[in-house]
Amino acid sequence: MTKRITIDPITRLEGHGKIEIFLDDDGNVDNAYFLVPELRGFERFCVGRLVEEMPRITTRICGVCPEAHHMASAKAADAVYGVTIPSAAKKLRELIYSAFYVGDHTTHFYILGGPDFVMGPDSPPAERNILGVIGKVGLELGKKVIKQRAISHEVSAMLGGRQIHLVCAMPGGMSKGLDKKEHERLKEIANESVEFAKLTLKVFEDIVLKNSEYVDLIKGDIYNNIKTNYMGLVDENNKVNFYDGEIRVTDPEGQEYVRFKPKDYLKHIAEHVEPWTYLKFPYLKGKGWKGFVDGNDSGIYRAAPLGRLNASDGMATPLAQAEYERMYDTLGGKPVHATLATHWARVIELMYAAERLLELSQDPEITSKEIRTIPTSEPGEGVGVVEAPRGTLYHHYVTDEKGILKKVNLIVGTTNNHAAISMSIKEAAKRLIKKGVVVTEGLLNKVEMAFRAYDPCFACATHSLPGEMPLVVDIYDKDRNLIKHLKQD
Amino acid sequence: MSKPKLAINWAASCGGCDMAILELQEKILDVAGAFEIVFWPAAMDVKHKDVEAMEDKSIDVCLFNGAIRSSENEHMAKLLRKKSKVLVAFGSCAHEGCIPGLANLSNKKEVFDYVYKETPSTDNPNNHRPQTEYTVNEGTLKIPSFYDTVKTLGQTVEVDYYVPGCPPVAEQIWSAVEAIMSGNLPEKGSVVGAFSRTVCHECEHKKEEKKIKKFVRPHEIEADWEVCLLEQGIICCGPATRSGCGAQCLKANMPCRGCYGPPPGVKDQGAKLLSAVASVIDADSEEEIERIIDDIPDPIGTFYRFGLPHSTLRRKIIKDDKTNNDRPDNKT
Repeated sequence: MTKRITIDPITRLEGHGKIEIFLDDDGNVDNAYFLVPELRGFERFCVGRLVEEMPRITTRICGVCPEAHHMASAKAADAVYGVTIPSAAKKLRELIYSAFYVGDHTTHFYILGGPDFVMGPDSPPAERNILGVIGKVGLELGKKVIKQRAISHEVSAMLGGRQIHLVCAMPGGMSKGLDKKEHERLKEIANESVEFAKLTLKVFEDIVLKNSEYVDLIKGDIYNNIKTNYMGLVDENNKVNFYDGEIRVTDPEGQEYVRFKPKDYLKHIAEHVEPWTYLKFPYLKGKGWKGFVDGNDSGIYRAAPLGRLNASDGMATPLAQAEYERMYDTLGGKPVHATLATHWARVIELMYAAERLLELSQDPEITSKEIRTIPTSEPGEGVGVVEAPRGTLYHHYVTDEKGILKKVNLIVGTTNNHAAISMSIKEAAKRLIKKGVVVTEGLLNKVEMAFRAYDPCFACATHSLPGEMPLVVDIYDKDRNLIKHLKQD
Repeated sequence: MSKPKLAINWAASCGGCDMAILELQEKILDVAGAFEIVFWPAAMDVKHKDVEAMEDKSIDVCLFNGAIRSSENEHMAKLLRKKSKVLVAFGSCAHEGCIPGLANLSNKKEVFDYVYKETPSTDNPNNHRPQTEYTVNEGTLKIPSFYDTVKTLGQTVEVDYYVPGCPPVAEQIWSAVEAIMSGNLPEKGSVVGAFSRTVCHECEHKKEEKKIKKFVRPHEIEADWEVCLLEQGIICCGPATRSGCGAQCLKANMPCRGCYGPPPGVKDQGAKLLSAVASVIDADSEEEIERIIDDIPDPIGTFYRFGLPHSTLRRKIIKDDKTNNDRPDNKT
């Protein structure tokens, strides 16, 4: 009897996704599909707009990570005008971006992904949320989480005018710098962020690493079963960088496959289209699209925290570097393919972002008034790339001589991981749902955990953010008769 | 007495409105204390089916953010209208269509062709487009249908109140919530959570009644922090935008782009802005004014950045397609 399991929608993600699992006659998993149900079409309607307005338009792709689109867009617009921005402006942008990363990774670790670990994957769904987490780790830490999110947003408001959808970056630099009073406040925020990151590493240590069951879950085969390529921005020393650098791709064995400049991305990445989802599937052009398969011949790659760490040679700040080394020592060296290790990679990145924020806040140039270069060349074509928290983000613009956009292309964070997410879901489902196994809510939550580790954000991916619905699972027999209905209470 | 029931929903939006509600920080606890939150997909697990099972009009207030872009968005709008006593269009997308409403300059076919064929990274040898129903080996997969036209919430169902902004600022959300809690609500159909003047009244840049000969773009000059940006030649939507945001973009020395929508009494924000822009032009004749205005690139994307679906223009008419088939009556 063929059965079908629908998980619609998946919870605790920023956006909407749907999983369809098909079982064979024996009740084993035959195939699984991961569908994304919306699109907004920013690429199309940005044609005709003015390139200098794009950093203020593309923020509306995502209200969760507007800073990522703002920065990628400003960098693409700089490139369109061939303008090199002043050093202080670049540092200010990276400073805002670092503060944003601290807040965003905090949100995922404590609110979206963390509950699976803190509360446990089999805990009652009603407890598997931030309130459950606060109940377990204490109100004091809960308040610190709320405060950390607030001070990260405070940096966006201080420099970008607004807490959400900031406005300060434009072709040639920044509209606003730091005054003395703001600078003092910023240094406080940076110090607090470093302390918060240290605390978060300790929380991860105490709750996850000291629990052998969780370490086994990370290393075990439910979530450690696809060997892919990895992608991330790196600096000149191959260290992880969120704001700038070159894109490095390593193969499933951990060897460098290619390293390229943002402007050359089309030589290396293409996007496959399937008719049953609104989201495309990027892959490495050099290896080609071979379907939903892993291994060295496949062009499928993974980005986001684990992808970035695997694609790099380390972190550029000391505390993050120490934790980076510890992670690879604990998990058996590079590359780590275990999907759930993404959570660990995320807290390492949180540490790096906080340390980088502190460095930049103490940089003597950070209060410089030299933050604008007025573009003088005729506009043309440009690519801007940053690492969004959920993967490498590409903005590519072509304009006419007035700077009016003629072509726009976007490859956004989560989209990079689309094929890999689909495979992780299928592989986890295959190992969890078998002949004779009763399908429970807890079991299906474990399927979702394969997905949630990527922190997928479908606001970005589909350039839309439809309603996130709760988990409802219907199981049908071959003739589509409902034989079981499960819901999360 | 039981607490009033609150629902918060997101349709086609960016998530910024939900993030804005979280910006209330500790006041969110007051909201949670004053209301029983019965549905908030962004923050808690309440089931879609549970909403369907609720009695009609059993939700006291529903804050609905996001535009109506797909069959699924429309379904949720109609469902929550039926279940809610007071339905609030929350944020620019639900209010006016917002930036994603600029998609009304094209249609479904153009968007699909661009995204799934013309973009340079796309590899689509079989020329696939997303299908609402598609049969794979194992069965049929379904996704919602994508509409030609982005609609506001008010163009889809009857709306009781509007909270403007992209996103609404936290203080204004709080004042709207307080108005709702106290029952101190204006006439149905009103804007709440904003003031009734223009952004210029909240802006610290000084107006000197200067006239200009030409417009410049924000990246072309280092704007003076003291002087009205429009009088420096930078198009600023402040004169045609409702106050209430605190002129926050201006605090970063960047021009207003109009996310709070038109001020009271103004139906078409773009038309109002055009007259404000014309008023700063130093010209000797109508022709000269027209020439200077004609030099403004991308007037639609500038004057109707946030409000195209809600405006009198509504959308671009595209020949030889079914664009107008899903065009509902414009209720607002």
